[in-house]
Parts: sequence; C-alpha cells; structure tokens
Amino acid sequence: MEALNEFLARRGLYTLVMILFFLGVYGMVLSKNYFKKLMAMNVMQVAVIFFYLCFAQKEGGMIPILVPGNVDPAAYINPLPHALMLTAIVVSMGTSGVAIALLMRIKESYGSVEEPEVLRRASK
Amino acid sequence: MSISTHAPVFIVLLPLTASLLCLCFSRLNRKLGAWIVQAAIAGSFVAALLTMYQVLNSGSHNLHYWMGNWEPPIGIEFAVDPLNAAVLCMITFLSLVISFYGKPFLVSEDWLHYGGYYTLYGLLTVGLCGMVVTGDVFNMYVYLEIMSLSGYGLIALGGKKSMIAAFRYLLVGTIAASLYLIGIGYVYSMTGSLNMADISVRIQPFVHTPLFAFAVACFLIAFGIKMALFPLHGWQPDAYTYAHPGAAGLISGCMSKVPAYAMLRFFFYIFGVTSPVMSALLDVLGIMGIGGILIGSVMALAQYDFRRMLAYSSVAQLGYIAVGMAMGNMYGFIGAVLHLINHAFMKSCLFLVVGGISYRFGEVNLYRLGGLNKKMTVSSVALCFAVLSMVGIPPTCGFFSKWYLMLGAYEGKEYIFIAILVISSLLNAIYYFRIVEQMFVQREASLTELHKPATKFGLPMSMVLPIGITGLGILVLGIYSYDIVVGVLKLGLPEVFLR
Amino acid sequence: MIVNDPRPFLAVGTAFLAALLVSCSRKHPNVRETWSTVASFLMFGLIISMVGGVLNGNVYQWTLFQLTDTVGFTLRTDTAGMIFACLSSLLWIPINFYSIGYMRNNHETEQTGYFASFAVCLGATVGVSLASNLLTFFVFYEILTIFSYPLVLHERDEEALDASRKYLAYTLVSGQLFLAGTVGVYCISGTMDFRAGGFLDSGMAPIWVLQLLFLLMIMAGSVKAAVMPLHGWLPAAMVAPTPVSALLHAVAVVKTGAFAVLRVICFVFGPKLLSELGTADVLAWLAAATILMSSFIALKQDNLKRRLAFSTIGQLSYIVLGASLLTPLAIKGAYLHLVAHAVMKITLFMCAGVIIVRTHLHEISEMDGIGRRMPVTMGCFAIASLGIAGTPFLIGFISKWNLAMGAIQAGKPLFVAVWIASALLAIGYLMPVVRMAFFKPEPKEDPRHYGSISYSMLIPICFTAVLALVLGCDPEIFPPDFYKLATVTADAVCAGWGGGW
Repeated sequence: MEALNEFLARRGLYTLVMILFFLGVYGMVLSKNYFKKLMAMNVMQVAVIFFYLCFAQKEGGMIPILVPGNVDPAAYINPLPHALMLTAIVVSMGTSGVAIALLMRIKESYGSVEEPEVLRRASK
Repeated sequence: MSISTHAPVFIVLLPLTASLLCLCFSRLNRKLGAWIVQAAIAGSFVAALLTMYQVLNSGSHNLHYWMGNWEPPIGIEFAVDPLNAAVLCMITFLSLVISFYGKPFLVSEDWLHYGGYYTLYGLLTVGLCGMVVTGDVFNMYVYLEIMSLSGYGLIALGGKKSMIAAFRYLLVGTIAASLYLIGIGYVYSMTGSLNMADISVRIQPFVHTPLFAFAVACFLIAFGIKMALFPLHGWQPDAYTYAHPGAAGLISGCMSKVPAYAMLRFFFYIFGVTSPVMSALLDVLGIMGIGGILIGSVMALAQYDFRRMLAYSSVAQLGYIAVGMAMGNMYGFIGAVLHLINHAFMKSCLFLVVGGISYRFGEVNLYRLGGLNKKMTVSSVALCFAVLSMVGIPPTCGFFSKWYLMLGAYEGKEYIFIAILVISSLLNAIYYFRIVEQMFVQREASLTELHKPATKFGLPMSMVLPIGITGLGILVLGIYSYDIVVGVLKLGLPEVFLR
Repeated sequence: MIVNDPRPFLAVGTAFLAALLVSCSRKHPNVRETWSTVASFLMFGLIISMVGGVLNGNVYQWTLFQLTDTVGFTLRTDTAGMIFACLSSLLWIPINFYSIGYMRNNHETEQTGYFASFAVCLGATVGVSLASNLLTFFVFYEILTIFSYPLVLHERDEEALDASRKYLAYTLVSGQLFLAGTVGVYCISGTMDFRAGGFLDSGMAPIWVLQLLFLLMIMAGSVKAAVMPLHGWLPAAMVAPTPVSALLHAVAVVKTGAFAVLRVICFVFGPKLLSELGTADVLAWLAAATILMSSFIALKQDNLKRRLAFSTIGQLSYIVLGASLLTPLAIKGAYLHLVAHAVMKITLFMCAGVIIVRTHLHEISEMDGIGRRMPVTMGCFAIASLGIAGTPFLIGFISKWNLAMGAIQAGKPLFVAVWIASALLAIGYLMPVVRMAFFKPEPKEDPRHYGSISYSMLIPICFTAVLALVLGCDPEIFPPDFYKLATVTADAVCAGWGGGW
C-alpha cells in the first residue's frame, strides 16, 4: 500500500497521461469511423499537452507573473512549457481543422465517413 | 549590417509572406498570386545560395542568426552549417523548379483553387526549409507541422482517392508529431533547454539514463514515420500515389528527406553517437534500413502503377539513408547525406516524368508506356538518367552515394550492408529497366492523348523544363559529387568524425 | 616520363560527341553517318599520335575531375591500354563503313539510336583501355554495359527482349560484384591506381580475403569474356544485327572483358601475389575447359553466327588462359591474341553479315556453293578461318606461338595440348563452311536470289583480311606496333618476378 502511494505520488499523473495517450492511439487504430478516429487523435494530442503541463508544475510555485520584490525563480512555476503548449494547442486546432475539411470532402464524395464503406466505394 | 547578413531568415520569411498574401492577390488576378509565390521561392533560393556562400567563407563554417537578436538559449536561433546550407539549396532549388510544373494542371481552375494550390505549395517550402534551418527543437516542431499540414492539403488535391490517403497520412503524421513533442518534453525536462547547441552540451550527463533512451526512441519513431522508414511506411505509398501530380515531385523528393535529415541532426549533432544507448539505436536503425531496402524493393517489383512503384522504391531508398546513418562512421554519414540530396533529385525527376505521362495520356500503368521515347523525348531521356542513377551506374549521382555507403560499410566492417547494397541495386535494375524496356520495345501501345502536345517535346514548356533540369541535375550532381563532398559536406561533419 | 596531355580524353570525347551529334541529326541520314565516320578517323588519329611517345617511355595522363574524395577521373596511356585503344579505334573505321552498308541494305529501323549507341560503346571501350584506376575503369565499363544493351535490343522483338534481359542480368550482376571488390581493394590498399605487376601484396589482408576479392573482380571480366559457365548471354545476344555482333564479339564488349581480366591479373593483383594465392590456376583450368567445350559445341551449331559465337567463347579463353599462366611470354601472347582474335573474328562476322544481307541465309547447311557468287567474301572468310586455326603467316599464329611458349615457360605443357586440340577443332568447325561454299554445287531447285553487292560492306572485309595477313607477316609494323607494345607490357608486368625461366 505504501509502495502504491509512493508510486502514485511520484508517477501517478504521468501514468494517467500515458494511459490517455495510448487510449487515443488505440481509438485511432481501432475505430471504424473516420470522425471517431479524429476525436481519438484529439484525445492523444490533449494527453501530450497534459504531459507538458504536468512536468511544468512545481510544489509551492505560483503563476509566472512577476510579483514586485520577488525575483527568486524558485518561487514561480516554469512558464515555458505553458507557452509551448499554447503553440501546440494552436497546431492541434489547425490539424483538426484540416482533418474536418478533409472529412467533409470525403463525405461529399463517398457519402459516408465509415471506413469500410468509404474503402468499398473507393475501390469500385 | 548589410541585408545579406539576414539571408538565413529570408529563406523562410519570403515564401511565408508570399504564401499568406497569395490568396489576396489571386482574388485580384488568378495567376498573380502564383507568380508572387514563385518569385518568393526564387528569392529564397538566392538567399540559400547566399547563405551557403557565407557559411563556406566564414572561419568556423557556422552561421548563427538570432531571431530579434535574442541570445540563445533564451531566443530562437537559425543555425546554418555547410550541411544545412546544402540541403537548403536543394530544397529551394527543387521547389522553384517544380513550382512551374504545376501550372498546366491548374489552367482550368478558378482563382481559389489556383491561389490555394500555390499557398499550400509555398507553405510546404516554408516548412521544409524551416525544419532544416532552425536551431531550436520546438521551432522545428512548428515547421514540421507547417510542412505536414500543407502536405496533407497538397496530397488531398490529387482527386477522390487522395483524400482518404491524405486523411490517413494526417492521422499517422499526427502520431509522429505527438511523439516528437513527447521526445522534446523529455529532453527539456532533462536539460531545461530547447536550443540544439545548448542541448548537445547539457544532455551529456544523461546519456546513460533510461529517460534518454526513451526520448531517443520517441524521436526515432517520430522521424521514422515521417520519413517512411520501414516498418512505419504504411501511409506513404497511397499518399505518394494519389498526391497532386503537380506537387508530387516536391512531396516525394523532399518531404521524406527533410525528416531524415532532422533525424540525422538529432542523432549525430545533438545526442552524439558514441554512447551505448545511441549505438544500440543505430543498430535498430540499421535493421529498419535493411528491412526497408528489401521490402521496398520487393514491393516495388510487384507494382504495375508507376507512381506506386516509385513510392515503394522511395521506401527502399530511405533505407539506404538509414543504413548510412547506422554505420556511424564518416563515410557512411557522407553517403547518407549525399544520397539524401541525390535521391531528392532522382525521385523528383521520376515523379515529374510520371506526372507528364499522366498529364498527356492519363496513363500510369507502367506496362503501357510503349513508344514513349518517340513521343516525349526529353522526358524519356530524363527518365533514363534517373533510372541509371537509381541502379547506381556511374557517372550519374546515384553511383557516388552508393560508393560512399560501400566505403562506410567496409570501414565499419558491416559486410552485410555491402551484400544488401549489391542486392538492392540489382533489384532496382530489374524494376526500373522493365520501364525502359517497355518504352523502347512496345512500339505502339494504345495511348489516348488527353492533351495535345503543345511543344515538340510532347508537353507544355513549363513541364518540359523541370523534367529536363532535374534530369540534367542527376548528371551534374554526379560529376560534381567531389566538390559537394569535399567542398561542402566534409566541412560540416559532426565532431565525432573529426577526431 | 609522365606528361599532362588531354589527348586520351579528347579521343574518348570525340566518340561521345559524335553520339550526341548523331542523335541530334535524326532526320538526315547522310549527315548522321558523316559524324560517326569523321569521329572514327579522328579518334584513331588521336590514339595513334600517342603511340610513338608511349613506346619511347612517355605516359600521357589527364585528370578531368575528381570522382570521389580520393580518386580522380583519370586516363593514362600505358602500353597495355594503348594496345587495346589502338585496336578498337582502328577497327571502328572498317566496322563503321560496314555498318552503314549493312543498315541501309538491310533496311533496318532505329538507325539513329544504333549509330549513337555504337559511338558511345567505342568511346567507352577506349575509356576502359586507358583508365588509370579501378574506379575510372568501372565508370567506362558500366557505360559500355548500358549502351551495348540497346544494341542487343535492336530488333525489338521477343527474342531480342530475352537476349537483352539475359545480357543485362549477367553484366549488371557481375558489375556490382566488381564494384564491391573494388571497394574492398581500396579499403585494404588505400589506392586504386593500376600498376604493372600489381599494387596488392600478401601482407595487406588475410589470404582468404584476397582470394575472395580476386573472385569478385575476376567475375566481371569473365562474364564479359564469356568464360564458361558465365557465357550464357553471348550466344543469345546473336539476335543483334551482324555489325553489332562484330562489335560485341570482336572489339568492344567481349574484349573489354578479356582486357578486364588482364588488368586485374597483371595490374591489380600481379603475377607474384597470384602465384601465392593459387586462384589463377583455377581460372586457368576453367579457361582450358572452356576452350575445349566451346569448340565441341561450335562443331554442332548450324547457324553461322552461333557457330562463330561459340568460337569466340573459345578464343577469348585463350586470352584468359594466357593471363592466368602468369609468365612473361604467356601474358605477351594474351595481349597479342587480343589483337589477333579481334581482327580475325571481325572479318568472320562481317562475312556472315554480307551473306545475310545478300542471300538471307543463316544456316550453314544451306550455304552450298555460295562461294562462286561471292568469291571475295568467302575468300576473306577462308583467310580469317585459317587465322583462327593458327596458320603461320597469319596473325593468329604469332599470338598462339607466344601463348604456347608461355605455357612451357610456366612448366605446364599440358596446356599446349589444349591449344593444339583447339586449333584442330577450329579447322573442324570453320573449314567446312569454306569447303561447302567453294566446292559444293549450288542447289538446283529453288535458285537463290542474290542481292546487289555493297562495296561499303565488301571493302571493310578486305581491309581486315589484309590486316590479318600483314600483321601476321610483320607484327612490328608501325604504327601501331602491337608486338612491341605487348612485349613492353609483359616485361613490365613480370619485372622483378622470377616466374617462368
């Protein structure tokens, strides 16, 4: 029990993030619907974002806005991963946008976004 | 402080600006946007040449451009060494040449599609150049995504089937990008830096930790997917086959090479190949490369769609590059980089020729190309050059990269690689010579002309020229390979090989 | 003395330029053939202008550019290379005229591609002969492979397709193995420049490595020189037009193979090292077996060109056998036989071509009595046949005499018996043709239709036949003085080695 607590305290969050990531991959691989694949992809991307946010945390750190008089870097959490993740969120939004546009065109052309159906019609 | 000191940033900045403005100008005049993008790419090519000149003439053969004059590791920098400069010149040159090629395919399109195509095209160039020139790992992620997203778009433009291919590529590509991001996360948490030069110093205490191994594995898979390294190449044949024929040359030529180059940068310049983790990784890379060479060649042999055959052949050729890296010695490294450049030209040339054939005849079945040598002279000569180069016949460029790879294999005592190289050349010979044979032997295949030839070369001038130039490039690269190797590549070798 | 002189490259470049001009003047046959004629004379002139200097001990050398970081694209005129360069540029002149006559009289298609490939092949052959290092050698060797491929494929039918595939398969595989061997040699010795007597020695690598490298490198030459069991492509390649067969089997391709064997034995490994390795003996036995077997097979062939092809296989193995005996006289004989066989076999093939063009006969059994209507052609055929058999006062005798003496010098008189047997067999498979042509009556039923005489085909035949006679009577005739070139080469190769007497 002690060991489990220890593990959860140190690694628990990362484990959860990893499970989330692979849930996403799992969904992308196994679901038959293109839109579900896309949503699974978003889950995976969110997992990556969580991962960054997790390791940016610091016990006792406060949000990285300069408090007058306090110039000790240890007092603040690291702002860089957050900034990076802003970019990553934008990128993932862009990716989703492109993907949705593609799906709309696929739906127009094939009348479906179900993978077996689309493939069946494409091979005709 | 003259303008030429800003050359590295112009390589990326010019096409980026032009692409963003392209649609606005296209609204005014259908073709104006395209011209602006092309002019920007031309400017970017000039900037790349200028950068190359500056790098070769600087004392340390290294150029650092600090964005907004923020000093790294705080700021983002563009770092250019001779290797970077060579790859940049290659990308911008090919991009410039191929930008003309797309026009005949677009004549009947409205302004939105015309401009949209060139917007995507310009952004693809931005992404490719940016990935090479940047000295910041997260910045590279952004360029990777710019490259990928515009790439998905260009692939999807190819027609009905291409959309499925593009969507699948998008899914797989996003996995790669996410893995890359995770890898960066690990590296950042170890070193606290995102600057490549800085990381390469700070990572050294960690190179024996499992964390490092995990990060490196993430990079291997991420770049492996992007460069279509066996067994991660599943997305690639469809994507290449159905990509828009106007851009297929650039997509096939550069879009898999640049991730390969990024991998090379990470492994050889940032992480260093001397640690046990890395040497184990190089072994894995070698096995993947061998698998790619064999499976790619065999699969290519089984295809009758010309484009798909080329796509599988790319898998094999990327295997060469992987094998070159896996040797972990100087000649292997030179062979890998040289092959990266050479293969970009060869594959671009081949895809351009295929595009030309499908433009004129609507035919991609490689058993129905009879009599092509009479109908499309320049294309068939270029095709012959590319084929000879693929097989590795001197003095075409493909021979020279193979020569260095073989030297590297002997030096590293990896005799299995030599056997693989020989076998793969012979497999290449089989599946490429059957095309040449078809061309010469089948006198009258029943080809129906979709487009009447506009010039006596059988294709519009804006298609003949790119084909001719890339075809000639294969020969020129071969003849000047000494200057490329000694004059450029050897000046930018990673430190490991200098000792 | 080494002189920097671009003439070797000019000679090769002449042929390549001619090929380019030929393919650009597709529409004007006369202009097109003028280019290749001019080029053939120009190339011969350039080569022959260097012979005097080479015999005086000069070496003309020129590096066009660097191939790799350490190896240059260099041509150099050593005596061995000069023999082959003189030979191929000399024989290009008659075969060029002959080609023009043959292609026009036979109304062949794709003549532009034919003449262009022809010129490139000759250029590459001279390049092979003058190459100063292994890599330059390989470059020209592969160019030759690639550009003789369309010549084999010339007829564009199923048979030609099969033959060309076979040809490519044999030559490309062996070429790649040669490349692997070259890299190996470079890695153990650090150099690739040919040196008389070889630049490898037994201290550089374990014996088995050297043996393996020898095998890899000799394979390429043996395939092109059609040493059994690597000869399969050659009879198949007989589907090509006759001037191509003459080129393939007398001058360019097969001789390049034989020359490659000589280069590897004499200038890479060297007789001294090879006598320690013992691999040359294996090659010698293979060659001896090839000589006998191919002669027996030739006896049974009814198609004239196929019979000549098997005769070629046997004759080429003379050269290989001579080289692998590793004695000065045998090596000299090998170089001389390179010349002798080229001159004689080109005559035979050209005669076969004339027969085909004028009577459309391919089978020997149908050739009764043709000598009466074609006395000059069959007369030349007879001369060349006697030469192949080794009759004195013809060029074949001189080379065979030297080869036989070389075998005795090496203390292996058994090989002399091989040569004698094969000479008798050569009489057996070539003289019946002459006998049938002259002494049998023409068949009464279905009288043959003879085409018109083409002097552009006849004169080259006479020229080469006379050449065989002249060289047989006076092998030291200058230029190009093949005998002295061969002597100097053999002495240089065997200098400092106590092989033989």
